[in-house]
Amino acid sequence: MKPAPFAYARARSVDEAVALLGEKDAKLLAGGQSLIASLNMRLSAPALLIDINGIGGLDGIARNGDMVEIGALTRHAAAERSDVIAQHAPLIARAMPHIGHVAIRSRGTLGGSIAFADPAAELPACLLALNGEVEVSGPKGKRTIKADDFFKGLFETALGAQDVLTAIRVPAATKETRVGFAELARRHGDYAMVGLAASAKVDGKNLKDVRLAFFGVGATPVRAKKAEAALASGDVEAAVKALDLDPPDDVQATSAAKKHLAGVLLRRVAKQLMEARP
Amino acid sequence: MKIVEDSPPVLTALDRPNSYIGRSVPRPNLHRLAQGRGQYVSDVSLPRMAHVAYLRSPHAHANIVSIDASTAKKAPGIIAVVTGAELAKVMTPWVGVLTHLKGLKSAPQPPIAVERACWQGEAVCAVVARSRAQAEDAAELIEVNYQPLPAVTDAETALDAKTPVIHSSLGDNLCFERKLDVGKVDDAFASSDAVIETTFVTGRHTGVTNEPRAIVADWNEGEQRLTVYQGTQAPHMMQNLFAKHLGLAEHQVRVLTKDVGGSFGIMVHTYADEMATVALSKMLKRPVKFVADRIESFVTDIHARDHRIKAKIGVKKDGTIIAFEIDDLTGIGPYSVYPRTSGIEANQVVNLVGGPYTCSNYRAQARVVFTNKNVMCQYRAVGHPIAVAVTEGLVELAAAKIGMDPLEIRRRNLLPDDAYPAQSAAGLKFEKLSHHESLAHLDAMMNYAALRAEQKKLRAQGIYRGIGFASFIEVTNPSAAFYGVGGARISSQDGATIKLDAQGAIIVATGVSEQGQGAEAVMAQVAATSFGVPIERVRVIMGDTDNTPYGGGTWASRAAGIGGEAAWQAGKALRANVLAVAGAMLQAKPETLDIRNGVVVDAANGTERLPLEELARVAYFRPDTLPAGIQAEIVATRHYVPRAWPFAFTNGVQASYLEVDTDTGFVKLLKHWCVEDCGTIINPQLVDEQIRGGVVQGIGAALFEQCLYDERGQMLNGNMADYLVPMAAEMPDIECGHVVSPTADSELGAKGAGEAGTAGAPACVMNAINDALRPLRAQPLTDMPFTPDKILRALGKV
Amino acid sequence: MSERALDISLTVNGETVAERVEARKTLVDFLRDDLSLTGSHVGCEHGVCGACTVRVNGEIARACLMLAVQCDGTTVETIEGLSDSGELADLQAAFAQRNALQCGFCTPAMLATAQDLLKRGGVPSRDAIREQMSGNYCRCTGYHAIVDAIESVAQARAGAKK
Repeated sequence: MKPAPFAYARARSVDEAVALLGEKDAKLLAGGQSLIASLNMRLSAPALLIDINGIGGLDGIARNGDMVEIGALTRHAAAERSDVIAQHAPLIARAMPHIGHVAIRSRGTLGGSIAFADPAAELPACLLALNGEVEVSGPKGKRTIKADDFFKGLFETALGAQDVLTAIRVPAATKETRVGFAELARRHGDYAMVGLAASAKVDGKNLKDVRLAFFGVGATPVRAKKAEAALASGDVEAAVKALDLDPPDDVQATSAAKKHLAGVLLRRVAKQLMEARP
Repeated sequence: MKIVEDSPPVLTALDRPNSYIGRSVPRPNLHRLAQGRGQYVSDVSLPRMAHVAYLRSPHAHANIVSIDASTAKKAPGIIAVVTGAELAKVMTPWVGVLTHLKGLKSAPQPPIAVERACWQGEAVCAVVARSRAQAEDAAELIEVNYQPLPAVTDAETALDAKTPVIHSSLGDNLCFERKLDVGKVDDAFASSDAVIETTFVTGRHTGVTNEPRAIVADWNEGEQRLTVYQGTQAPHMMQNLFAKHLGLAEHQVRVLTKDVGGSFGIMVHTYADEMATVALSKMLKRPVKFVADRIESFVTDIHARDHRIKAKIGVKKDGTIIAFEIDDLTGIGPYSVYPRTSGIEANQVVNLVGGPYTCSNYRAQARVVFTNKNVMCQYRAVGHPIAVAVTEGLVELAAAKIGMDPLEIRRRNLLPDDAYPAQSAAGLKFEKLSHHESLAHLDAMMNYAALRAEQKKLRAQGIYRGIGFASFIEVTNPSAAFYGVGGARISSQDGATIKLDAQGAIIVATGVSEQGQGAEAVMAQVAATSFGVPIERVRVIMGDTDNTPYGGGTWASRAAGIGGEAAWQAGKALRANVLAVAGAMLQAKPETLDIRNGVVVDAANGTERLPLEELARVAYFRPDTLPAGIQAEIVATRHYVPRAWPFAFTNGVQASYLEVDTDTGFVKLLKHWCVEDCGTIINPQLVDEQIRGGVVQGIGAALFEQCLYDERGQMLNGNMADYLVPMAAEMPDIECGHVVSPTADSELGAKGAGEAGTAGAPACVMNAINDALRPLRAQPLTDMPFTPDKILRALGKV
Repeated sequence: MSERALDISLTVNGETVAERVEARKTLVDFLRDDLSLTGSHVGCEHGVCGACTVRVNGEIARACLMLAVQCDGTTVETIEGLSDSGELADLQAAFAQRNALQCGFCTPAMLATAQDLLKRGGVPSRDAIREQMSGNYCRCTGYHAIVDAIESVAQARAGAKK
């Protein structure tokens, strides 16, 4: 399959990208690992592709105060190798090896993964689990959107047609931070059948600020809030019972199987959350 | 009288000096492939070559009311837009039937649908352009007015009175039916101590060759000749079919097969879009290239193995199997595929169930019905994976029921190793098999007792591992009994021509073809050994109907056994021809000479007498120096076809060791073993690698692969993300062992080995899963592929 | 400013290449059709099978998921270049020795992906090798011989370093 014809422009700045997005039916090209596949299959036929890979300053990883800031153009491979992420955003470090394969990670970007918002992808769930936020540039300037407000529907986010996601920010891990990650996929690197990204803060013998973000179970990553409350009180089985996910059937698994697997993952991740931080 | 032997022992046919038989010689073609210098059909580019894209029916069944291509024809780069009606003037349709499958019926199939599309993906229009991208652009501008028709998508109801008949000329949706009733089956079940009755389902799947199907057709109007570059397994068969359906003579057609990116049977069939591409070249008088993209591959490459088998086994409490019964139903596409037919797979299932065992009571029924899904036909190990899954599944379920070890029940029922020649209940004739020796070898290789002990220990810790087996027989080296008797122009014989060149090297031209399995290396090893040169002095020519003997190609694991024997005989014949010349040159009796390592030698003591280069120089450039009456004929052709046995059956046994995560239903494959008896082994490494590749394909069937269709006949998972093929991280290491029972039907004694891995793997993985879950009283799983969902359901967790 | 076809200039296997290409043309099609470097193969065009794997600016990438126009100013290495430079010689020899290729279609990508792992040094476990190769589809070999070949090269390179 060959893509339908399109025009191509290289944006030299975020402002230029924003302006070009306003011109015609256009899409941003960053990593391209999802976009070009859909262009090849003619599932998508924009009139214009705006290549933002050349925009400087969008690929840094830094600890800024109590946040870790990751530029949207940061490649997965760079994040995988990053000491900053390993130390200060350990949940993301745990998720990275599950994302596709080596050759995909050399091109794919964290910003692209968040903006594309595949419901079975790891990073959107990590962002949600960490109570992170994204920085967006649009026609009216910059704004910040919290993860809880970002994922709206199937491949639908709070990004407007002319918005460019420029950075991701997550709270830097503290001594109290606990994270957990588990994913079930039929084959290594596949999109998850069901996955769970979780973070919490240790509070004596219990947990507080528990955030459980399941992926592969709906149109967006889903927080299991009732389960979060039960887990905070230390009752894992009650948390499993309190899971109120409603995943659709898909070609990999039925809804019933996914619900069961979500419970299995919750038990496994709960164990990780209870572990002492290394 | 005492016989004094003062001459060295007579060498057997295979014990040639410097023999390459039984050696793992690296393949000569590997270097260019590893350098990225292969020549696959998808790499071929010719001057003025056009590209075709096919507009395909989105409906499983629809009348084509009208096609408006007026805008498309004006699109940039467009050379032609051609409908089925227009193409019908250039190419005749075909019917996939063979007379020896009694009652097999099918409707004529055109290269491009004319009035009706019968499966989602069938081509309804061809767009020829300067580039594939431009052809696809124009295809979007074509308006097809479809009148959707009800689609037949359920094989179970395909023969019901109220189900629409897809081809009214056929009267019903039955393609083929076969019944077999041997012995006294009802009495046997009545006297059984245990009867297992269950239903097996093998999921429809497809080959997913690494290189998608590709063809370049080049009709040369000036020469009135057609050259086709095609990754086919049967060049001469395709030569015949292109000629037949274009109204040409065979000698006007040349088929070239260079490197092929995987075939596995997918490439042995006639595809409507490939035939259409050839017809377009003739119509447009220029080369036309078609490369199926992966999305269209999923809905047009043949599918296979979509069967529902109700099956029954009766055993005595001492483990004796006394009856097998099956009722097999398979839903193929709307046409029986040409020319090998879509009845063969079910026919094989009937033939092969129960095959390794002494049981003489067997009843079988198989029905092949048409549906409006993609066409189905022979794919690696045709029918075997299904028959072996049914047989071996029943055997292990029976063993579990009577409390007998699964190897023990096999020991009590497998045909004894000294019982040959023998015949199965279904009438299959066996020359010599080694079921028991193979089983003993497997037992030792895997250290079965230790694995059982480990399994027991881990069960106590809540870890559930399983061990499963599959014994099997396999069809190889088919004679004309397979296709020829049914009227197909598919050659069961094969030939090799070997000539000595002017520098003393040999050129071997053979009718079998290379698909990656190593046929080129095997032919070189056989010819080098038979004739007597170092293997570096052998060049093999294959895949060219102009320059090779008429042959069958590579399928049904025939290349080594049949192609190899032809090369062996040709090597012997050439040696005799060369030694006749040498004898004349050396004033010696030819029978006292031999060729070893490229030199004519005294046979008795190996003394070098004459280098081949020198003999060739004289024969080609100085024949004036030869004695009068001597004409050097330093080329020889021999053909071979198996005559004594309809098939050279091989046998093997496999085992799978795995662990089931009973929380998630995920299966982790820990190890796999296969002991295979394929007769004389020409290249042990190549045999092992064929087995390993075949095993993984079978694992795909057991755990991952299924073409999913909805009730409207739409394929739901026709892409690489949703159709799951085995990848490296989930596959086990695979250990191979061998027993050798040569066939006497050839001097080489080689049988085939290409399909054994695929034949047995699904069965033993299934048996291992059921073995793992048995203590948990899970419902035995018999519905492939065994997804986590199904395993969780069997465990009652979902 | 925005064009359907652009002039690009890049280095391919050490040669400077300057061509005009349609924006929609993928890198793998550009390599195969425009430069006749047919050693990189097209297996799926959706980034799953890995047969198109090449090196771009030193990192392996799926050439079916990159546009040629994106590669302006980059350094691209295909199997032809990696092979002729000798960088893959020990891997190629090991693959041939163990028949870790049958039809050869996945092989250029397998070699590039294996080299990506091995150039990091050390002797990866068989599981680590399988994980690295998990994005490269092979239908012929069943992967066992490929793992054997890569493992043997890793051991040889580590031994040679001592």
